[in-house]
Amino acid sequence: MDSLIRILKQNSAIPRADLARQLGLSEPELTAKITKLESGGTILGYHAVINREKWDTDAVTAVIEVRVTPEREGGFDRIANRIAGFEEVQSVYLMSGGHDLMVVVEGANLREVASFVADKLSTIEAVQSCATHFRLKTYKENGMLHAVEEATERLSVTP
Amino acid sequence: MSSSRIAEHVRNIPRSGIRDFFEIVQSMKGVISLGIGEPDFVTPWHIREAAIYSLEKGKTGYTSNLGTPRLRRAIAKYVEQYFAVEYNPHDEIIVTVGVSEAIDLALRSLLNPGDEVLYHEPCYVSYSPSIQLAGGVPVAVSTHSKDEFSLKVSDLEKAVTPKTRVLMLNFPTNPTGAVMPLEELKKIAAFAVKHDLVVLTDEIYSELTYDELPHHSIAALPGMKERTLFLHGFSKAFAMTGWRIGYACGPADIIEAMMKIHQYSMLCASIMSQEAACEALERGQRSMERMKEEYRLRRNYIVSSLNEAGIPCHLPKGAFYVFPDIRATGLSSKDFSLQLLDAKKVAVVPGTAFGSSGEGYVRCSYAAGMDQIKLACERITEFVRDIPRTAS
Repeated sequence: MDSLIRILKQNSAIPRADLARQLGLSEPELTAKITKLESGGTILGYHAVINREKWDTDAVTAVIEVRVTPEREGGFDRIANRIAGFEEVQSVYLMSGGHDLMVVVEGANLREVASFVADKLSTIEAVQSCATHFRLKTYKENGMLHAVEEATERLSVTP
Repeated sequence: MSSSRIAEHVRNIPRSGIRDFFEIVQSMKGVISLGIGEPDFVTPWHIREAAIYSLEKGKTGYTSNLGTPRLRRAIAKYVEQYFAVEYNPHDEIIVTVGVSEAIDLALRSLLNPGDEVLYHEPCYVSYSPSIQLAGGVPVAVSTHSKDEFSLKVSDLEKAVTPKTRVLMLNFPTNPTGAVMPLEELKKIAAFAVKHDLVVLTDEIYSELTYDELPHHSIAALPGMKERTLFLHGFSKAFAMTGWRIGYACGPADIIEAMMKIHQYSMLCASIMSQEAACEALERGQRSMERMKEEYRLRRNYIVSSLNEAGIPCHLPKGAFYVFPDIRATGLSSKDFSLQLLDAKKVAVVPGTAFGSSGEGYVRCSYAAGMDQIKLACERITEFVRDIPRTAS
Protein backbone atom coordinates (compact mmCIF):
# COMPACT_ATOMS: atom_id res chain seq x y z
CA MET A 1 0.00 0.00 0.00
CA ASP A 2 2.94 2.34 0.73
CA SER A 3 4.31 1.81 -2.79
CA LEU A 4 0.94 2.60 -4.28
CA ILE A 5 0.54 5.82 -2.33
CA ARG A 6 4.11 6.84 -3.05
CA ILE A 7 3.65 6.40 -6.81
CA LEU A 8 0.30 8.19 -6.92
CA LYS A 9 1.73 11.01 -4.83
CA GLN A 10 4.46 11.41 -7.41
CA ASN A 11 2.38 10.81 -10.54
CA SER A 12 -1.34 10.32 -10.13
CA ALA A 13 -1.79 10.42 -13.94
CA ILE A 14 0.07 7.12 -14.42
CA PRO A 15 -2.01 4.73 -16.57
CA ARG A 16 -3.69 2.20 -14.30
CA ALA A 17 -2.54 -0.73 -16.46
CA ASP A 18 1.11 0.29 -16.05
CA LEU A 19 0.68 0.81 -12.34
CA ALA A 20 -0.88 -2.62 -11.90
CA ARG A 21 2.01 -4.25 -13.75
CA GLN A 22 4.61 -2.43 -11.65
CA LEU A 23 2.94 -3.50 -8.44
CA GLY A 24 2.34 -7.05 -9.62
CA LEU A 25 -1.46 -6.70 -9.31
CA SER A 26 -4.35 -7.28 -11.70
CA GLU A 27 -6.22 -4.17 -12.78
CA PRO A 28 -9.37 -5.01 -10.79
CA GLU A 29 -7.24 -5.60 -7.67
CA LEU A 30 -5.58 -2.24 -8.16
CA THR A 31 -8.87 -0.45 -8.75
CA ALA A 32 -10.23 -1.97 -5.54
CA LYS A 33 -7.22 -0.71 -3.57
CA ILE A 34 -7.47 2.80 -5.01
CA THR A 35 -11.22 2.96 -4.42
CA LYS A 36 -10.64 1.95 -0.82
CA LEU A 37 -8.04 4.70 -0.34
CA GLU A 38 -10.38 7.24 -1.90
CA SER A 39 -13.52 6.26 -0.05
CA GLY A 40 -11.62 5.92 3.23
CA GLY A 41 -10.38 9.48 2.86
CA THR A 42 -6.68 8.64 2.59
CA ILE A 43 -6.59 10.00 -0.95
CA LEU A 44 -8.53 13.26 -0.97
CA GLY A 45 -7.87 14.37 -4.51
CA TYR A 46 -5.45 14.69 -7.40
CA HIS A 47 -3.94 17.79 -8.89
CA ALA A 48 -1.29 18.97 -11.34
CA VAL A 49 1.98 20.65 -10.32
CA ILE A 50 2.14 23.86 -12.37
CA ASN A 51 5.27 25.73 -13.36
CA ARG A 52 4.25 29.38 -12.80
CA GLU A 53 7.04 30.63 -15.04
CA LYS A 54 5.27 28.99 -17.98
CA TRP A 55 1.67 29.70 -17.03
CA ASP A 56 0.73 33.17 -18.18
CA THR A 57 -1.15 34.49 -15.16
CA ASP A 58 -1.00 37.38 -12.72
CA ALA A 59 -1.99 35.12 -9.86
CA VAL A 60 0.05 35.64 -6.71
CA THR A 61 0.68 33.42 -3.73
CA ALA A 62 1.41 34.54 -0.21
CA VAL A 63 2.43 32.70 2.92
CA ILE A 64 0.92 34.33 5.98
CA GLU A 65 2.13 33.72 9.50
CA VAL A 66 -0.82 34.17 11.81
CA ARG A 67 -0.78 34.47 15.60
CA VAL A 68 -4.06 33.38 17.15
CA THR A 69 -5.51 33.38 20.65
CA PRO A 70 -6.57 29.77 21.23
CA GLU A 71 -10.02 29.13 22.65
CA ARG A 72 -10.86 27.44 25.94
CA GLU A 73 -12.70 24.72 24.05
CA GLY A 74 -11.30 23.46 20.76
CA GLY A 75 -7.94 25.24 20.86
CA PHE A 76 -7.02 26.37 17.38
CA ASP A 77 -9.33 24.09 15.43
CA ARG A 78 -12.39 26.32 15.10
CA ILE A 79 -10.37 29.36 14.04
CA ALA A 80 -8.24 27.29 11.65
CA ASN A 81 -11.33 25.80 10.02
CA ARG A 82 -12.88 29.22 9.75
CA ILE A 83 -9.81 30.50 7.92
CA ALA A 84 -9.60 27.37 5.78
CA GLY A 85 -13.14 27.92 4.56
CA PHE A 86 -12.20 30.92 2.44
CA GLU A 87 -11.76 30.14 -1.22
CA GLU A 88 -8.49 32.08 -1.50
CA VAL A 89 -6.87 29.83 1.11
CA GLN A 90 -4.91 26.96 -0.37
CA SER A 91 -3.43 25.46 2.80
CA VAL A 92 -3.58 25.96 6.53
CA TYR A 93 -1.11 24.42 8.95
CA LEU A 94 -0.81 24.61 12.74
CA MET A 95 2.82 25.39 13.46
CA SER A 96 5.26 25.17 16.31
CA GLY A 97 7.47 28.20 16.92
CA GLY A 98 6.91 31.93 16.65
CA HIS A 99 3.44 31.85 15.12
CA ASP A 100 0.47 29.54 15.31
CA LEU A 101 -1.02 29.12 11.85
CA MET A 102 0.64 29.20 8.49
CA VAL A 103 -1.84 30.12 5.79
CA VAL A 104 -1.09 29.85 2.09
CA VAL A 105 -3.27 32.18 0.05
CA GLU A 106 -3.65 32.47 -3.68
CA GLY A 107 -5.28 35.43 -5.37
CA ALA A 108 -5.85 36.65 -8.93
CA ASN A 109 -3.58 39.62 -8.23
CA LEU A 110 -1.80 41.48 -5.46
CA ARG A 111 -4.86 43.58 -4.57
CA GLU A 112 -7.02 40.54 -4.06
CA VAL A 113 -4.61 38.99 -1.57
CA ALA A 114 -4.12 42.32 0.22
CA SER A 115 -7.85 42.76 0.54
CA PHE A 116 -8.27 39.22 1.89
CA VAL A 117 -5.67 39.85 4.60
CA ALA A 118 -7.00 43.29 5.52
CA ASP A 119 -10.73 42.60 5.32
CA LYS A 120 -11.12 38.95 6.18
CA LEU A 121 -8.18 37.39 7.95
CA SER A 122 -7.01 40.14 10.29
CA THR A 123 -10.54 41.04 11.32
CA ILE A 124 -11.24 37.63 12.82
CA GLU A 125 -11.46 38.26 16.53
CA ALA A 126 -8.98 35.63 17.69
CA VAL A 127 -6.33 36.74 15.19
CA GLN A 128 -3.67 38.81 16.95
CA SER A 129 -1.29 39.48 14.08
CA CYS A 130 -0.49 38.58 10.47
CA ALA A 131 2.88 38.65 8.67
CA THR A 132 2.38 38.32 4.91
CA HIS A 133 5.18 37.07 2.62
CA PHE A 134 4.67 37.02 -1.13
CA ARG A 135 6.14 34.25 -3.22
CA LEU A 136 8.66 35.49 -5.78
CA LYS A 137 9.79 32.32 -7.49
CA THR A 138 9.33 28.58 -7.14
CA TYR A 139 12.30 26.23 -7.29
CA LYS A 140 10.70 23.04 -6.08
CA GLU A 141 7.11 22.19 -5.27
CA ASN A 142 5.59 18.92 -4.05
CA GLY A 143 8.89 17.17 -4.72
CA MET A 144 9.14 18.45 -8.31
CA LEU A 145 12.07 20.61 -9.33
CA HIS A 146 10.94 23.49 -11.53
CA ALA A 147 14.18 24.01 -13.44
CA VAL A 148 14.55 20.93 -15.63
CA GLU A 149 18.03 19.45 -15.40
CA GLU A 150 19.63 18.71 -18.73
CA ALA A 151 19.96 15.01 -19.28
CA THR A 152 23.55 13.85 -19.06
CA GLU A 153 24.86 11.78 -21.90
CA ARG A 154 24.94 8.08 -21.11
CA LEU A 155 26.72 5.37 -23.01
CA SER A 156 24.16 3.18 -24.75
CA VAL A 157 25.65 -0.20 -23.88
CA THR A 158 27.86 -0.87 -20.89
CA PRO A 159 28.89 -4.10 -19.16
CA MET B 1 53.69 -1.96 -37.45
CA SER B 2 52.70 -5.51 -36.84
CA SER B 3 50.72 -6.43 -33.79
CA SER B 4 53.77 -8.33 -32.53
CA ARG B 5 54.83 -5.33 -30.50
CA ILE B 6 51.83 -5.98 -28.26
CA ALA B 7 52.68 -8.39 -25.46
CA GLU B 8 51.45 -11.89 -26.10
CA HIS B 9 49.38 -12.24 -22.94
CA VAL B 10 47.48 -9.10 -23.90
CA ARG B 11 47.09 -10.08 -27.53
CA ASN B 12 45.56 -13.35 -26.41
CA ILE B 13 42.73 -11.61 -24.58
CA PRO B 14 39.69 -11.54 -26.87
CA ARG B 15 37.89 -8.28 -27.51
CA SER B 16 34.87 -7.84 -25.28
CA GLY B 17 31.68 -8.99 -27.03
CA ILE B 18 29.85 -6.11 -25.45
CA ARG B 19 32.28 -3.67 -27.04
CA ASP B 20 31.45 -4.84 -30.60
CA PHE B 21 27.78 -4.53 -29.89
CA PHE B 22 28.22 -1.12 -28.32
CA GLU B 23 29.78 0.20 -31.52
CA ILE B 24 26.87 -0.95 -33.65
CA VAL B 25 24.41 0.68 -31.25
CA GLN B 26 26.41 3.91 -31.11
CA SER B 27 26.20 4.23 -34.90
CA MET B 28 22.37 4.23 -34.82
CA LYS B 29 19.99 6.99 -33.88
CA GLY B 30 16.85 6.83 -31.74
CA VAL B 31 17.70 3.55 -30.04
CA ILE B 32 15.99 2.62 -26.77
CA SER B 33 18.66 0.95 -24.76
CA LEU B 34 18.13 -1.80 -22.22
CA GLY B 35 21.84 -2.49 -22.61
CA ILE B 36 23.13 -0.26 -19.87
CA GLY B 37 24.78 -1.76 -16.82
CA GLU B 38 24.63 1.33 -14.67
CA PRO B 39 21.92 3.18 -12.74
CA ASP B 40 20.01 5.74 -14.80
CA PHE B 41 19.84 7.91 -11.70
CA VAL B 42 22.26 10.76 -11.21
CA THR B 43 24.22 10.45 -7.96
CA PRO B 44 21.93 11.76 -5.18
CA TRP B 45 22.38 15.48 -4.64
CA HIS B 46 23.56 15.27 -1.03
CA ILE B 47 26.49 13.11 -2.17
CA ARG B 48 27.40 15.45 -5.03
CA GLU B 49 27.08 18.39 -2.67
CA ALA B 50 29.45 16.79 -0.17
CA ALA B 51 32.05 16.38 -2.92
CA ILE B 52 31.65 20.00 -3.99
CA TYR B 53 32.09 21.10 -0.38
CA SER B 54 35.27 19.06 -0.04
CA LEU B 55 36.68 20.79 -3.15
CA GLU B 56 35.75 24.17 -1.71
CA LYS B 57 37.61 23.27 1.45
CA GLY B 58 40.68 22.52 -0.65
CA LYS B 59 40.74 18.75 -0.22
CA THR B 60 42.70 18.05 -3.37
CA GLY B 61 45.77 16.09 -2.26
CA TYR B 62 46.85 12.46 -2.16
CA THR B 63 45.42 10.32 0.60
CA SER B 64 46.88 7.36 2.46
CA ASN B 65 47.45 4.46 0.05
CA LEU B 66 44.78 2.51 1.87
CA GLY B 67 42.29 5.40 1.62
CA THR B 68 41.36 8.12 4.12
CA PRO B 69 41.01 6.89 7.71
CA ARG B 70 37.55 8.46 7.85
CA LEU B 71 36.33 6.47 4.84
CA ARG B 72 37.89 3.23 6.11
CA ARG B 73 36.15 3.71 9.46
CA ALA B 74 32.86 4.39 7.66
CA ILE B 75 33.32 1.26 5.55
CA ALA B 76 34.06 -0.85 8.64
CA LYS B 77 30.92 0.43 10.31
CA TYR B 78 28.75 -0.08 7.22
CA VAL B 79 30.00 -3.61 6.52
CA GLU B 80 29.48 -4.57 10.14
CA GLN B 81 25.98 -3.11 10.20
CA TYR B 82 24.70 -4.50 6.91
CA PHE B 83 26.82 -7.61 6.34
CA ALA B 84 27.62 -8.65 9.92
CA VAL B 85 31.37 -8.93 9.34
CA GLU B 86 33.88 -6.96 11.39
CA TYR B 87 37.02 -5.57 9.76
CA ASN B 88 39.74 -3.45 11.30
CA PRO B 89 39.93 -0.15 9.40
CA HIS B 90 43.64 0.02 10.24
CA ASP B 91 44.85 -2.94 8.19
CA GLU B 92 41.94 -4.97 6.83
CA ILE B 93 40.42 -2.46 4.40
CA ILE B 94 41.76 -0.85 1.23
CA VAL B 95 39.93 1.76 -0.85
CA THR B 96 40.25 1.14 -4.59
CA VAL B 97 39.33 2.69 -7.91
CA GLY B 98 36.07 0.78 -8.26
CA VAL B 99 35.55 -2.91 -7.54
CA SER B 100 37.24 -3.58 -10.89
CA GLU B 101 40.58 -2.50 -9.46
CA ALA B 102 39.95 -4.46 -6.28
CA ILE B 103 39.39 -7.64 -8.34
CA ASP B 104 42.55 -7.03 -10.32
CA LEU B 105 44.62 -6.37 -7.17
CA ALA B 106 43.22 -9.44 -5.44
CA LEU B 107 43.95 -11.77 -8.35
CA ARG B 108 47.43 -10.37 -8.88
CA SER B 109 48.16 -10.74 -5.17
CA LEU B 110 46.97 -14.35 -4.97
CA LEU B 111 47.84 -16.10 -8.21
CA ASN B 112 51.02 -17.81 -9.29
CA PRO B 113 51.30 -18.65 -12.99
CA GLY B 114 49.04 -21.56 -13.86
CA ASP B 115 46.86 -21.33 -10.74
CA GLU B 116 43.23 -22.04 -11.53
CA VAL B 117 40.34 -19.78 -10.60
CA LEU B 118 36.74 -21.00 -10.48
CA TYR B 119 33.99 -18.52 -11.37
CA HIS B 120 30.36 -18.90 -12.30
CA GLU B 121 29.02 -18.12 -15.73
CA PRO B 122 27.16 -16.16 -17.19
CA CYS B 123 29.07 -13.45 -15.38
CA TYR B 124 30.45 -9.97 -15.57
CA VAL B 125 32.70 -9.52 -18.60
CA SER B 126 35.93 -8.76 -16.76
CA TYR B 127 36.39 -11.91 -14.68
CA SER B 128 38.00 -14.20 -17.21
CA PRO B 129 40.34 -11.54 -18.72
CA SER B 130 41.35 -10.32 -15.25
CA ILE B 131 42.28 -13.86 -14.24
CA GLN B 132 44.31 -14.32 -17.43
CA LEU B 133 46.08 -10.98 -17.04
CA ALA B 134 47.09 -12.03 -13.53
CA GLY B 135 48.64 -15.22 -14.93
CA GLY B 136 45.85 -17.50 -13.77
CA VAL B 137 43.74 -20.01 -15.63
CA PRO B 138 40.01 -19.16 -15.72
CA VAL B 139 37.71 -22.14 -15.14
CA ALA B 140 34.06 -21.31 -15.79
CA VAL B 141 31.27 -23.19 -14.02
CA SER B 142 27.91 -22.81 -15.72
CA THR B 143 24.77 -21.84 -13.85
CA HIS B 144 21.36 -22.72 -15.22
CA SER B 145 17.96 -21.15 -15.65
CA LYS B 146 16.29 -24.12 -13.89
CA ASP B 147 18.17 -23.04 -10.72
CA GLU B 148 17.42 -19.36 -11.41
CA PHE B 149 21.16 -19.15 -12.13
CA SER B 150 22.27 -19.81 -8.57
CA LEU B 151 25.49 -21.79 -8.17
CA LYS B 152 25.45 -25.51 -7.38
CA VAL B 153 28.24 -26.99 -5.34
CA SER B 154 27.99 -30.22 -7.36
CA ASP B 155 29.05 -28.26 -10.45
CA LEU B 156 31.97 -26.75 -8.55
CA GLU B 157 33.10 -30.22 -7.44
CA LYS B 158 33.33 -31.28 -11.10
CA ALA B 159 35.57 -28.33 -11.95
CA VAL B 160 37.95 -28.21 -8.98
CA THR B 161 41.51 -29.57 -9.37
CA PRO B 162 44.63 -29.60 -7.18
CA LYS B 163 45.64 -26.38 -8.97
CA THR B 164 42.50 -24.46 -7.97
CA ARG B 165 43.39 -21.57 -5.68
CA VAL B 166 40.54 -19.08 -5.85
CA LEU B 167 36.75 -19.08 -6.14
CA MET B 168 35.05 -15.92 -7.43
CA LEU B 169 31.43 -15.21 -6.53
CA ASN B 170 29.09 -12.42 -7.60
CA PHE B 171 25.62 -12.51 -6.08
CA PRO B 172 23.32 -10.82 -6.99
CA THR B 173 24.75 -11.55 -10.42
CA ASN B 174 25.26 -9.41 -13.46
CA PRO B 175 23.73 -10.43 -15.95
CA THR B 176 21.19 -12.86 -14.47
CA GLY B 177 20.02 -11.13 -11.29
CA ALA B 178 20.60 -14.45 -9.47
CA VAL B 179 20.95 -14.64 -5.69
CA MET B 180 22.22 -17.46 -3.48
CA PRO B 181 19.86 -19.10 -0.99
CA LEU B 182 21.60 -19.29 2.40
CA GLU B 183 21.56 -23.09 2.47
CA GLU B 184 23.35 -23.26 -0.88
CA LEU B 185 25.82 -20.59 0.17
CA LYS B 186 26.73 -22.65 3.24
CA LYS B 187 27.53 -25.61 1.00
CA ILE B 188 29.79 -23.40 -1.10
CA ALA B 189 31.56 -22.17 2.03
CA ALA B 190 32.17 -25.78 3.07
CA PHE B 191 33.47 -26.50 -0.43
CA ALA B 192 35.94 -23.59 -0.18
CA VAL B 193 37.19 -24.83 3.19
CA LYS B 194 37.50 -28.42 1.98
CA HIS B 195 39.65 -27.41 -0.99
CA ASP B 196 41.46 -24.61 0.87
CA LEU B 197 40.40 -21.89 -1.57
CA VAL B 198 40.43 -18.14 -1.17
CA VAL B 199 37.00 -16.70 -2.01
CA LEU B 200 36.63 -13.37 -3.80
CA THR B 201 33.09 -12.15 -3.31
CA ASP B 202 32.05 -9.28 -5.56
CA GLU B 203 29.21 -7.71 -3.57
CA ILE B 204 28.56 -4.78 -5.90
CA TYR B 205 24.82 -5.52 -6.24
CA SER B 206 24.27 -6.70 -2.67
CA GLU B 207 22.10 -3.75 -1.57
CA LEU B 208 19.84 -4.35 -4.56
CA THR B 209 17.89 -7.38 -3.41
CA TYR B 210 14.13 -7.23 -3.52
CA ASP B 211 11.01 -8.57 -1.85
CA GLU B 212 12.46 -8.34 1.67
CA LEU B 213 14.99 -11.02 0.79
CA PRO B 214 17.92 -10.76 3.19
CA HIS B 215 21.30 -10.72 1.47
CA HIS B 216 23.95 -13.02 2.92
CA SER B 217 27.60 -12.55 2.18
CA ILE B 218 29.76 -15.64 2.28
CA ALA B 219 32.25 -13.59 4.32
CA ALA B 220 29.80 -13.65 7.24
CA LEU B 221 29.57 -17.46 7.41
CA PRO B 222 31.53 -19.20 10.18
CA GLY B 223 35.18 -19.78 9.33
CA MET B 224 34.99 -17.81 6.07
CA LYS B 225 36.31 -14.40 7.06
CA GLU B 226 39.92 -15.56 7.15
CA ARG B 227 39.73 -16.93 3.60
CA THR B 228 37.44 -14.38 1.97
CA LEU B 229 38.04 -11.06 0.28
CA PHE B 230 34.91 -8.96 0.49
CA LEU B 231 34.86 -6.62 -2.53
CA HIS B 232 32.36 -3.84 -2.72
CA GLY B 233 31.80 -0.37 -4.10
CA PHE B 234 29.43 2.52 -4.53
CA SER B 235 28.56 2.37 -8.22
CA LYS B 236 25.29 0.49 -8.21
CA ALA B 237 23.58 1.10 -4.88
CA PHE B 238 24.46 4.80 -4.70
CA ALA B 239 24.45 5.49 -8.47
CA MET B 240 28.13 6.47 -8.45
CA THR B 241 29.60 4.61 -11.44
CA GLY B 242 31.64 7.51 -12.77
CA TRP B 243 33.27 8.24 -9.41
CA ARG B 244 35.24 5.00 -9.69
CA ILE B 245 35.30 4.12 -6.03
CA GLY B 246 35.25 0.75 -4.32
CA TYR B 247 36.97 -1.22 -1.57
CA ALA B 248 38.25 -4.57 -0.44
CA CYS B 249 38.04 -5.99 3.08
CA GLY B 250 39.93 -9.10 4.08
CA PRO B 251 42.77 -10.71 5.98
CA ALA B 252 45.56 -8.21 6.70
CA ASP B 253 48.24 -10.17 4.79
CA ILE B 254 46.21 -10.10 1.55
CA ILE B 255 45.21 -6.45 1.99
CA GLU B 256 48.90 -5.63 2.55
CA ALA B 257 49.83 -7.44 -0.69
CA MET B 258 47.07 -5.63 -2.59
CA MET B 259 48.23 -2.34 -1.14
CA LYS B 260 51.75 -2.98 -2.52
CA ILE B 261 50.43 -3.19 -6.08
CA HIS B 262 47.93 -0.37 -5.56
CA GLN B 263 50.56 2.06 -4.22
CA TYR B 264 52.76 1.61 -7.28
CA SER B 265 49.98 1.64 -9.86
CA MET B 266 47.22 3.92 -8.53
CA LEU B 267 48.80 5.44 -5.44
CA CYS B 268 45.35 6.14 -4.03
CA ALA B 269 41.74 6.55 -5.11
CA SER B 270 40.66 10.10 -5.91
CA ILE B 271 40.16 12.13 -2.74
CA MET B 272 37.01 13.76 -4.12
CA SER B 273 35.43 10.35 -4.65
CA GLN B 274 36.51 9.23 -1.20
CA GLU B 275 34.82 12.26 0.35
CA ALA B 276 31.64 11.55 -1.62
CA ALA B 277 31.79 7.90 -0.56
CA CYS B 278 31.86 8.92 3.13
CA GLU B 279 28.69 10.89 2.61
CA ALA B 280 27.06 7.96 0.81
CA LEU B 281 27.82 5.59 3.70
CA GLU B 282 26.92 8.02 6.45
CA ARG B 283 23.71 9.46 5.00
CA GLY B 284 22.92 7.69 1.73
CA GLN B 285 20.49 5.07 3.01
CA ARG B 286 17.35 7.03 2.25
CA SER B 287 18.22 7.90 -1.34
CA MET B 288 19.42 4.36 -1.92
CA GLU B 289 16.14 2.90 -0.67
CA ARG B 290 14.22 5.24 -2.96
CA MET B 291 16.17 4.10 -6.04
CA LYS B 292 15.84 0.48 -5.01
CA GLU B 293 12.06 0.78 -4.75
CA GLU B 294 11.99 2.27 -8.24
CA TYR B 295 14.05 -0.66 -9.60
CA ARG B 296 11.67 -3.11 -7.96
CA LEU B 297 8.63 -1.59 -9.69
CA ARG B 298 10.42 -1.59 -13.05
CA ARG B 299 11.47 -5.18 -12.56
CA ASN B 300 7.88 -6.24 -11.95
CA TYR B 301 6.83 -4.43 -15.11
CA ILE B 302 9.53 -5.82 -17.40
CA VAL B 303 9.28 -9.41 -16.13
CA SER B 304 5.54 -9.51 -16.60
CA SER B 305 5.79 -7.92 -20.08
CA LEU B 306 8.57 -10.20 -21.35
CA ASN B 307 6.84 -13.33 -20.09
CA GLU B 308 3.69 -12.25 -21.92
CA ALA B 309 5.76 -11.53 -25.02
CA GLY B 310 6.84 -15.17 -25.10
CA ILE B 311 10.45 -14.85 -23.94
CA PRO B 312 10.21 -16.27 -20.43
CA CYS B 313 12.29 -15.10 -17.51
CA HIS B 314 12.16 -15.74 -13.77
CA LEU B 315 11.54 -12.88 -11.39
CA PRO B 316 15.14 -11.98 -10.48
CA LYS B 317 15.69 -11.34 -6.78
CA GLY B 318 18.57 -8.92 -7.22
CA ALA B 319 20.64 -6.46 -9.31
CA PHE B 320 18.82 -4.65 -12.14
CA TYR B 321 18.84 -7.18 -14.95
CA VAL B 322 16.46 -9.71 -16.38
CA PHE B 323 17.83 -12.56 -18.43
CA PRO B 324 15.01 -13.89 -20.62
CA ASP B 325 15.21 -17.21 -22.43
CA ILE B 326 14.89 -16.51 -26.16
CA ARG B 327 15.35 -20.06 -27.43
CA ALA B 328 11.70 -20.40 -28.45
CA THR B 329 12.30 -17.76 -31.12
CA GLY B 330 14.77 -20.08 -32.86
CA LEU B 331 17.36 -17.31 -32.94
CA SER B 332 20.81 -17.23 -31.39
CA SER B 333 21.46 -14.59 -28.74
CA LYS B 334 23.50 -12.54 -31.16
CA ASP B 335 20.98 -12.76 -34.01
CA PHE B 336 18.11 -11.96 -31.68
CA SER B 337 19.90 -8.86 -30.41
CA LEU B 338 21.03 -7.70 -33.85
CA GLN B 339 17.62 -8.25 -35.47
CA LEU B 340 15.79 -6.59 -32.59
CA LEU B 341 18.09 -3.61 -32.89
CA ASP B 342 17.68 -3.48 -36.64
CA ALA B 343 13.91 -3.98 -36.74
CA LYS B 344 12.78 -2.20 -33.58
CA LYS B 345 15.72 -0.08 -32.45
CA VAL B 346 15.83 -1.68 -29.04
CA ALA B 347 19.24 -2.59 -27.64
CA VAL B 348 19.65 -5.62 -25.39
CA VAL B 349 22.93 -7.44 -24.81
CA PRO B 350 23.44 -10.98 -26.18
CA GLY B 351 23.86 -13.46 -23.33
CA THR B 352 27.04 -14.74 -24.97
CA ALA B 353 28.78 -11.46 -24.04
CA PHE B 354 28.78 -12.91 -20.50
CA GLY B 355 30.24 -16.28 -21.43
CA SER B 356 29.28 -19.12 -23.73
CA SER B 357 26.71 -20.42 -21.24
CA GLY B 358 24.72 -17.25 -21.91
CA GLU B 359 23.72 -18.61 -25.34
CA GLY B 360 19.95 -18.68 -25.68
CA TYR B 361 19.49 -15.64 -23.44
CA VAL B 362 19.72 -11.87 -23.66
CA ARG B 363 20.32 -9.37 -20.88
CA CYS B 364 17.82 -6.56 -20.46
CA SER B 365 18.73 -3.89 -17.95
CA TYR B 366 15.89 -2.17 -16.14
CA ALA B 367 18.13 0.68 -15.05
CA ALA B 368 16.22 2.82 -17.54
CA GLY B 369 13.27 5.19 -17.18
CA MET B 370 9.82 3.59 -16.85
CA ASP B 371 8.65 5.21 -20.11
CA GLN B 372 11.65 3.75 -21.96
CA ILE B 373 11.04 0.32 -20.46
CA LYS B 374 7.40 0.45 -21.47
CA LEU B 375 8.19 1.39 -25.05
CA ALA B 376 10.96 -1.21 -25.27
CA CYS B 377 8.62 -3.94 -23.99
CA GLU B 378 6.00 -3.01 -26.60
CA ARG B 379 8.57 -3.20 -29.36
CA ILE B 380 10.03 -6.49 -28.09
CA THR B 381 6.50 -7.94 -28.00
CA GLU B 382 5.94 -6.94 -31.64
CA PHE B 383 9.35 -8.26 -32.63
CA VAL B 384 8.84 -11.67 -31.04
CA ARG B 385 5.34 -11.95 -32.50
CA ASP B 386 6.60 -11.21 -36.02
CA ILE B 387 9.51 -13.66 -36.05
CA PRO B 388 8.77 -16.28 -38.73
CA ARG B 389 8.66 -19.68 -37.03
CA THR B 390 10.35 -22.46 -38.97
CA ALA B 391 9.25 -25.21 -36.63
CA SER B 392 5.82 -25.29 -35.09
